[in-house]
Amino acid sequence: MEAALKALRKAPPTALFGMAIILFYVFLAVFAPIISPYGETEIVGEQFEDWSPDYLLGTDNLGRDMATRLIYGARNTIGIAFITTCLAFMIGVTMGFLASTLGGWVDQLTSRVVDILMAIPSLIFALLLLTIFGTSMPSLIIIIAVLDSTRVYRLSRAVSQGIVVMDYVEVSKLRGEGLWYIMKNEILPNAMAPLVAEFGLRFCFVFLFISALSFLGLGIQPPTADWGSMVRANADLITYGILTPLIPAASIALLTVGVNFVVDWFLHKTSGLRE
Amino acid sequence: MSTNHTAPEEREILVEMRGLRIEGQSEDQWNEIVHGVDVTLRRGEVLGLIGESGAGKSTIGLASMAFARPGCRISGGTVMFDGMDLTAMPESEKRKLRGTRIAYVAQSAAASFNPAHRLIDQYSEMPVQHGVLDRATSESDAVDLFRRLKLPDPETIGFRYPHQVSGGQLQRAMTAMAMSCKPDLIIFDEPTTALDVTTQIEVLAAIRDVVEQFDTAAMYITHDLAVVAQMADRIMVLRHGNLVEEGNARAMLANPREEYTRQLLSVRSFQKATAGDATQAPLLKVEGVTASYGSGPKVLDDVSIEIGHARTVAVVGESGSGKSTLARVITGLLPLSDGSVSYKGEVLPPRLKDRERGQLRTMQMIYQMPDTALNPKQRIREIIGRPLSFYLDMTGSKREERTRELLSLIELEPDDYIDRLPGELSGGQKQRICIARALAAEPELIICDEVTSALDQLVAEEVLKLLQRLQDDLRVSYMFITHDLATVRAIADDVVVMLQGKVVESGPKDEVMTPPHHDYTELLLSSVPEMDPDWLTRVLEARQANA
Repeated sequence: MEAALKALRKAPPTALFGMAIILFYVFLAVFAPIISPYGETEIVGEQFEDWSPDYLLGTDNLGRDMATRLIYGARNTIGIAFITTCLAFMIGVTMGFLASTLGGWVDQLTSRVVDILMAIPSLIFALLLLTIFGTSMPSLIIIIAVLDSTRVYRLSRAVSQGIVVMDYVEVSKLRGEGLWYIMKNEILPNAMAPLVAEFGLRFCFVFLFISALSFLGLGIQPPTADWGSMVRANADLITYGILTPLIPAASIALLTVGVNFVVDWFLHKTSGLRE
Repeated sequence: MSTNHTAPEEREILVEMRGLRIEGQSEDQWNEIVHGVDVTLRRGEVLGLIGESGAGKSTIGLASMAFARPGCRISGGTVMFDGMDLTAMPESEKRKLRGTRIAYVAQSAAASFNPAHRLIDQYSEMPVQHGVLDRATSESDAVDLFRRLKLPDPETIGFRYPHQVSGGQLQRAMTAMAMSCKPDLIIFDEPTTALDVTTQIEVLAAIRDVVEQFDTAAMYITHDLAVVAQMADRIMVLRHGNLVEEGNARAMLANPREEYTRQLLSVRSFQKATAGDATQAPLLKVEGVTASYGSGPKVLDDVSIEIGHARTVAVVGESGSGKSTLARVITGLLPLSDGSVSYKGEVLPPRLKDRERGQLRTMQMIYQMPDTALNPKQRIREIIGRPLSFYLDMTGSKREERTRELLSLIELEPDDYIDRLPGELSGGQKQRICIARALAAEPELIICDEVTSALDQLVAEEVLKLLQRLQDDLRVSYMFITHDLATVRAIADDVVVMLQGKVVESGPKDEVMTPPHHDYTELLLSSVPEMDPDWLTRVLEARQANA
């Protein structure tokens, strides 16, 4: 804990900036019902009203308050992206560790399946699967998580391949430890640094991916507020020179930048790189 | 060595370092690692730098070409080379000196050669690059040097790739490369440490000959006093970045002034007294074991050994002799293809996963590299405590108590060490933790795979003494895999000599270590360097007479 605080004090301004952004978004997401002036799906005014004290960022194509939708959007988009990334990591890391620890046909089988999944462009594959299984929230999360876990698998397999050959893993095997103990206590703690860094990056990709799907109409479904679909629903306004639809897009960009700053710093720190 | 020409002390000074201070960076702080050392080296002289790891010997060696490794800097003092002040010289000028007038031979030739180029290409690169020689002259030079270094097929060996020659040959090729521009000074940084004793002796002889023939000055860096005794005219003993003692090699070996030098000299004098009981039925019996990796050639061929109760069996041989593979077969990591391993008369299943927990508990292993044998993310409490709860179902305060007891047993203060991570320990302490972890399982047999070869000599001796004391107290048996015959002399009751996967000779230590020997045992024994400065000359003469 002390070490963490010490490291935080030494963090470069970019990383602090990134952390501030993330904390701000998390704050919005957690306290959305308290902060936002109206209800998430409440129609409060006319369509496309201008910015005013009543409607801080105007209203959208159905007359819902943009500022409210933006805050709830943080909650939904970030929440879903977070759950999806966690799930992707659970699948990917488990499979990756299993493949590298057991080797042999397990490794061959999982690696080839992953190869097949990775060979198909993921956006098209996701669109296909979502059309088949429907665009409910659980299927959205599971499909993206499975597709994304392939990348996590690749990384965790590579990282743990370097760890399973260490003598301390052999010591555990000789002691008669089970597979789960070895994966959890010997490999995972030593693979943590690259995995955490990857988690940050993966989170950004998932987040962008969901927004892209929502923009295409196959992601988070209305009336749930979400940044991707907000851009699409209000895209027409841009032709009139109104910047409102760009605000959810900018929110996406800002969070991505923030997360990347933090990840960069973390990678730099753990990999022992110096300037 | 340079008994020819004028006496060394009258010759011209080549390198002079005065008040050399070097700092190293750790955790954003600069700490001084060399504290004002003076070094003088005359033309044609061989200076031995000796000390344990962390003594600063490599750092000082590199400083003689005004080079500091990344993360280090020369913070004080002067470095004069042939009358030029290197510390004040611009980097581009220094680069011209390096390679042409000062050359460096690294510890691991295998890691220093580029695997994608032939030896001769790498040899010629330096002289051609620096415009000293043209390619053709340099190649014919190479053949000449290869011949002088007694490399086989000197005309053609240069056209091979690094992986096509052996480790000892590669180290000699590296020496040839360093000689390519006929430098005034060569720095040898532990050139034989990674080699087997039988190979080491050839490399030592070759290096000594060429250095003498070309009258090159050399700095010979090593941690092995017996090696430096063969090579150096003058020796500097270093410790923690300070000079301990300096003087003529023969004089110092005959009559060391400082206590630390005496310790280094008397290292390996330790010998175990009593042996275990040889008459009892053996604890472990390996019979006619044959094994190979995958479908490759046999790594073990019809190997039979026995390990008695509370006895130490040393398995010796060079790298590739199959001694570590034998340990893997015994522990079940590598299933044997023929023969059997029986423990107390009971045949063990060949595969690790078929063995019961009780069978696993009785046999523990200690590894060569304590750095990789301890999980860097686990605290000592967990490392030692895990076998306690795994095998003996200890939990809570009982486990904690036993962990502390084990730490005291290996002479580490429990309160200080129990919460540490392996990274916060020295090499010797890490190896002690590995011993404690093995002991935690309350084993009857501990397999020690080169446990002291990664440690400094003084530390290694402490570890050996600890192992011996534990054997006396706890009556455990050791299977001691090593290539170091001094260790064998110190600790073994029985000796097994292995060569190319076969047992060449085995029996009680006194029998194996005294003549008549098997040819290979003879070769091994005679290749172990002795403190006597005339040892190398004597052995080479004896071998020539026999041949």
